[in-house]
Amino acid sequence: MSADRLFVLGATHHTAPLAVREQLSLSAEAAATLAALLAKLDGLREFALLNTCNRVECYGVATDAGAATRVQAAFCAQQQFDPVEFAQFQLSLRGPAAVRHLLEVAAGIDSQMLGETEIFGQVKDAYAVAQARGHTGPVLNRIFQKAFQAAKHVRTHTAITAGQVSVASVAVDLAHTIFGALAETRILLLGAGEIGEKTARAFQSRGAGSLTVASRRIERAMELATALGASAMPFEQREPRLAEFDVVVCATSAPGTVLSRDAAAAAMNKRPARPLFFIDLALPRDVEAAAAELQNVFLFNLDDLAKIADENRAAREAELVKCRGLLAERTEALWRHIEPRLASLAPAGDDPRPQSAGAAASEGSALPSPRV
Amino acid sequence: MFAGLTDRSWLWIAAGFYLAGLLLGTASLLRGGRQSNARINTVIALGYLAQLVGLWLRGRAVGGCPLGNTFEIFQFTAWSAISLYLVVGVTFRLSLLGYFTSCLAAVLTLTSLAIPAWDATRRAHIFGGNPWIELHAALALFSYGVFGLLALTALMLVFRTYSLKTKNLGGWFSFLPSILDLDQISVRLLGTGVALMTASLLGGAVYWLRDPNSVNAGKILVTVAVWAAYSIALTLRLRGDLLAKRFAWTCLVLFGAALVSLGPVDASRHSPVLPPAHVVPR
Repeated sequence: MSADRLFVLGATHHTAPLAVREQLSLSAEAAATLAALLAKLDGLREFALLNTCNRVECYGVATDAGAATRVQAAFCAQQQFDPVEFAQFQLSLRGPAAVRHLLEVAAGIDSQMLGETEIFGQVKDAYAVAQARGHTGPVLNRIFQKAFQAAKHVRTHTAITAGQVSVASVAVDLAHTIFGALAETRILLLGAGEIGEKTARAFQSRGAGSLTVASRRIERAMELATALGASAMPFEQREPRLAEFDVVVCATSAPGTVLSRDAAAAAMNKRPARPLFFIDLALPRDVEAAAAELQNVFLFNLDDLAKIADENRAAREAELVKCRGLLAERTEALWRHIEPRLASLAPAGDDPRPQSAGAAASEGSALPSPRV
Repeated sequence: MFAGLTDRSWLWIAAGFYLAGLLLGTASLLRGGRQSNARINTVIALGYLAQLVGLWLRGRAVGGCPLGNTFEIFQFTAWSAISLYLVVGVTFRLSLLGYFTSCLAAVLTLTSLAIPAWDATRRAHIFGGNPWIELHAALALFSYGVFGLLALTALMLVFRTYSLKTKNLGGWFSFLPSILDLDQISVRLLGTGVALMTASLLGGAVYWLRDPNSVNAGKILVTVAVWAAYSIALTLRLRGDLLAKRFAWTCLVLFGAALVSLGPVDASRHSPVLPPAHVVPR
């Protein structure tokens, strides 16, 4: 049966808990070793390994139905994982279901964070590596390329990627709605904790102009500033120098407010035409709530951001049916095209795969390590 | 020439395109999708061309810039706003501005077409063959078009501020441009409008000084009041005394007042009246 000749085998966040995924995750070296093993596997014509923090998957084209079992055995042996136990957590799909799975993965609708776009780059990287090593052929080349087209189509024609679903990204989106491009914006981070750092990094990744860190412990502020490529300032200067900043990310563990309405008013007097945006991620809150009453001052606290993230997540979930419909159509069309090719594959033992493919893989060339 | 259609027919066609832009944008917003700038700009551009033909035919019939009655003034104001949008909107790619502009143009053109009394009398050669007076009037009306576009960006600024202050960011609010972008474009439009109106008033003043009886005092008063109000708003904005929501509301109120002022300005003109006619002679 031609459907058995195309398969995906692995484990994802849908099938395996984090503890298991940790054991199954491939390091760069392990991925290279596994690729070298698979390149020599009987009956396996084409393959590509997708290895991220939430999934390890092997897409394969084989001349016989038993190849998938041999891939599984090689993988379990490599990871020293009990094959019987693996069966409980494995993802195993064949034929059109495997095609559809890849399309859904590339489009981000199989991701833990629904609609995220990073997976698209990860799939592209995985394919590029497999292609460069000669592990892919006409079937996988076509499926992966069509998967990329389908992912772009879904992103353009549905709202699956609309809105941000993490608190840090929502905060950055809000800054965009106030300032437009962030290249000129000056960010002040109050507090050097994890959530503040995440938000600061989100701002940096979206091109924020400059970043200053202030913490009650100056050495911690300097340490974080160095890590972020930012500057540090004494915590006591937060109010006198408030006018210098456009966005203030507050994430201290102070027992009371650290920025008053009066300080915000004084800052606005110095730069009245430019809005001031407070992102208060602290509990208890860092910014006096009355500051939001000031003209051109905008204040969002943790609840506000979480509510927006939840709404965006719900909106993305509402798009799932539409996305799946679009991808099902494309899967059907793609399967009609590749099924005859799979049916005409030469049987095992008559493997036309170029020697260089196995040779390149056996050199232990690096495959991408898991990316979070 | 021009398919044998009358000037009003062309202006109806233009209004139809502007309405189509409005309906298209509304449908897109209701579906929750992003506005297609290319599509809405094409519809607006087609309306603009039809309006241009209509106004040109009307201009030929009345022997000058068609600003002889309320109908023509509304049409010219809408045309001016669209002219500027086609530069500003396409250059700055402000999301939703096309939608709002087609909304304004549809309202202005359809209202003027729907009230026959506004076009019942048609004045010919109202500028007495003086091109400078014609330029003065055209500039003044063009500045009204700029203020119309300013009212739209101000309205968007009000909506954007409201959405952020009330933390209601979903739906079509999500397509609005940023506060800073809207503020900057509004200040530029206000500056452009004031500059055009200043140039228009200076041109008119020269003519008025030569022949003070030729211009109605009421018209001067109303026009100067509009110019002064916009100039004060610009000064206050540049000094940082009129900002954000208050600035936006001021622009909206001023445009309302400017539109209302068109009535007295038009009524104050002395000019020969053509017999009621809606059809341009072929």
